[in-house]
Amino acid sequence: MDAENAQAVENAQAVDTAQQPRTPSASGGAVSRRAVIGWAGAGVALGAAAVGSVAAATRQDDADPAPAAQTGADVPFYGENQSGIATPVQDRLHFAAFDVSEKATRESLVKMLKEWTKAAAAMTGGREVGTGAANGLPEAPPDDTGEALGLPASRLTLTIGFGPTLFEKAGPDGQPVDRFGLRTKRPEALIDLPTFKGDKLDPLRSGGDICVQACADDPQVAVHAIRNLARIGMGTVNIRWSQLGFGKTSSTTPDAQTPRNLMGFKDGTHNIAGTDAAGLAEHVWAAPGDGPEWMTGGSYLVARRIRMHVETWDRASLKDQEDTFGRTKGEGAPYGKAKEHDAPDLKAMPADSHVALAHPDANNGLMILRRGFSFTDGTDGLGRLDAGLFFLAYQRDTRKAFVPLQQRLAASDKLNEYIQHVGSAHFACPAGVRKPGEWWGQALFG
Amino acid sequence: MSARRRSTAAALLTLAVATATLAGCAEKKDDKAGGSDAVKINATDTACEVSKTSFPAGHVVLDIGNKGSKTTEVYVYAAGDKIVTERENIGPGTKATINAEIKAGSYEIACKPGMVGDGIRQKITVTGEGGSSAAADPRLAAAVDAYRTYAQQQADATIPAVEAFAAAIKAGDVEKAKSLYAPSRTGWERTEPVAESFGDVDPKTDTREDKLEAGQQWTGWHKLEKSLWADAKIGDDEKKLADQLVNDLKDWQKKIPEAEITATSMANGAKELLDEVATNKITGEEDRYSHTDLADFQANVEGAQKAYELLKPVAAEKDPELAKTLDSEFAAIQALLAKYKQADGTYTSYDKVTEAERKTFSDAVNSLGEPLSKLAAAVVVK
Repeated sequence: MDAENAQAVENAQAVDTAQQPRTPSASGGAVSRRAVIGWAGAGVALGAAAVGSVAAATRQDDADPAPAAQTGADVPFYGENQSGIATPVQDRLHFAAFDVSEKATRESLVKMLKEWTKAAAAMTGGREVGTGAANGLPEAPPDDTGEALGLPASRLTLTIGFGPTLFEKAGPDGQPVDRFGLRTKRPEALIDLPTFKGDKLDPLRSGGDICVQACADDPQVAVHAIRNLARIGMGTVNIRWSQLGFGKTSSTTPDAQTPRNLMGFKDGTHNIAGTDAAGLAEHVWAAPGDGPEWMTGGSYLVARRIRMHVETWDRASLKDQEDTFGRTKGEGAPYGKAKEHDAPDLKAMPADSHVALAHPDANNGLMILRRGFSFTDGTDGLGRLDAGLFFLAYQRDTRKAFVPLQQRLAASDKLNEYIQHVGSAHFACPAGVRKPGEWWGQALFG
Repeated sequence: MSARRRSTAAALLTLAVATATLAGCAEKKDDKAGGSDAVKINATDTACEVSKTSFPAGHVVLDIGNKGSKTTEVYVYAAGDKIVTERENIGPGTKATINAEIKAGSYEIACKPGMVGDGIRQKITVTGEGGSSAAADPRLAAAVDAYRTYAQQQADATIPAVEAFAAAIKAGDVEKAKSLYAPSRTGWERTEPVAESFGDVDPKTDTREDKLEAGQQWTGWHKLEKSLWADAKIGDDEKKLADQLVNDLKDWQKKIPEAEITATSMANGAKELLDEVATNKITGEEDRYSHTDLADFQANVEGAQKAYELLKPVAAEKDPELAKTLDSEFAAIQALLAKYKQADGTYTSYDKVTEAERKTFSDAVNSLGEPLSKLAAAVVVK
């Protein structure tokens, strides 16, 4: 732990201190008093430049994410693993999938990834992109779009992933084309996801060469991050689709109450905790030997846009609703138990209930780290809410985790009556950027 | 009248600011705002007090404070109410700063409490030579001259094309008029930012139905477009409108020698042409009846490219990477458009362009528009 702390402080000091924090005071107002005292007590010298690192302390070691959430502090960008995976789940999401443009080259893509990394480090640190939103040349458009001015970092994390089509993509004749010389680097685990029963996937909301997951406690901060990355990427990448999310539906902080999804239920109460190093190592982080070396310390992300037929769900009786999940609606306790975190007795609930099918106990201990968000994209033109769950799951190997689990759920889950998978994507999220100067995708392209 | 002028002003906003912020003003905004050289404008509901009525030409900072109870706007007008710079929507109790490059001459500053009418006017005199990098760099001065020549050529070539279009309408020949509609717009679309800088020409010739001000009579190309395609008939009104279009465009042709053109306005004009494409052509709003959007799109790109090519000797020296990117993006978008050009020189009807193809166009416009937005600073900042 001490080594990691020292590393974090060092990283923060190496960050370009010429850039001003978006919040005015010298200390940025970004660090909670409690956290500072805690660290001062631990004998860590805190220079102004070290501000960014303090929140690091609270990331994986403090079961209670409240101090960081309350103060809008920053989550460290640099580390062995990318932040935004084991990080305590933030309140808001803006997720974007990009396609690399036809005329981009490996060289231009690498150049953009370096620019993205710099911008991501700045934004997750609560700083402006480039020369900022209002301090540049009057003749030039500002580097930063400005809507996050004055806002704290809000625990913004930016997590990048690479989709199967980055490695090979069907050309005009249908034959796969290796556009960037990456074919041999494609991990076997980065499969083209199979079609699951009941899928009704919209190609315009599916796939993508590259993804960026932006999570923050303030939606404006998350949107600002994606918008600025998209702008930097213009000419090299184009947004293929994007998704806004609110109301986290999973928690990686087990002591906290599990948030409810738009069906009003707590789902995924038995998630992998961000503090559970053994669980993360076993189920989330790719280990040496799992696949190509560049993915070691990374994780595979499955994103599914799951539409909920909320109108018909709302007409279902309470009993029917509870039978569907295998939990009580009020407490969220599994059938036959009193509290939401009580170990479920799968035999006590209907065999086709969601929990009975999805629980690790029914899947040889299989676990995925869920980080989904609710979404409501207005209405669908037929007067129905276009609402549901934007499911995000991280795992060590999708073939052994999401695929068998979803096959099982797609076949029998009682919930299928009320939901439909309408978007799907799969990405390989590499290990973290360990220090300034390194860049997103360096191990893959380098 | 004033309502119409206001709509032009809105369309012109970026151009005005562009014309305004020329050259050699690379210092931080903060350093300039509120400086002792700034001209202070105290706007109230009944007055428009200007701290000095005579100041030297060159970079001028106008510090505006709205002490009135109504939202106001401030204009600097040259002779004939030609807008030099302006700022709209200055709320009660708020301040605004305009950075402008103003040449020697006589002007009027107008405050418009309530954002209506001709405003409360104050005459000002701008003295001396004033410095700008355009004057300092003979290559930029040459680029401005060459661009003015280009704009004039485009206008000169438009007149016979629009006369042919008008003749077909007056002959009642719907099909022929349709075939001459898009070609009559080419010169205009190539140099639209210049055309838009002349008060009333643009609202009379190129307004779409949904952009009409209350009480404004709809005239110009798009009214005739609707008659030809949606109504498929030519009546006396259309014949009169055709004549008026020719006359209004001759007015435009005559005004080009007096257009305010600077290196900055050229660069920003190029960017605005791409903005035009992004907001009006990609969506198919511009030519919603004729679906000839791609012809306008092509002309916008050509006009932007012309301005860029003229500025390129300076741009390539000051920011070689930007010039390289712009070369490649212009080539890419031209290649994309070429795929939609038919054997007879017309372009694929935009209603036949699929959503996926429109996204490709949109991506190409973003890829070019983003670096193009950096051209002005690259060219004029020392």
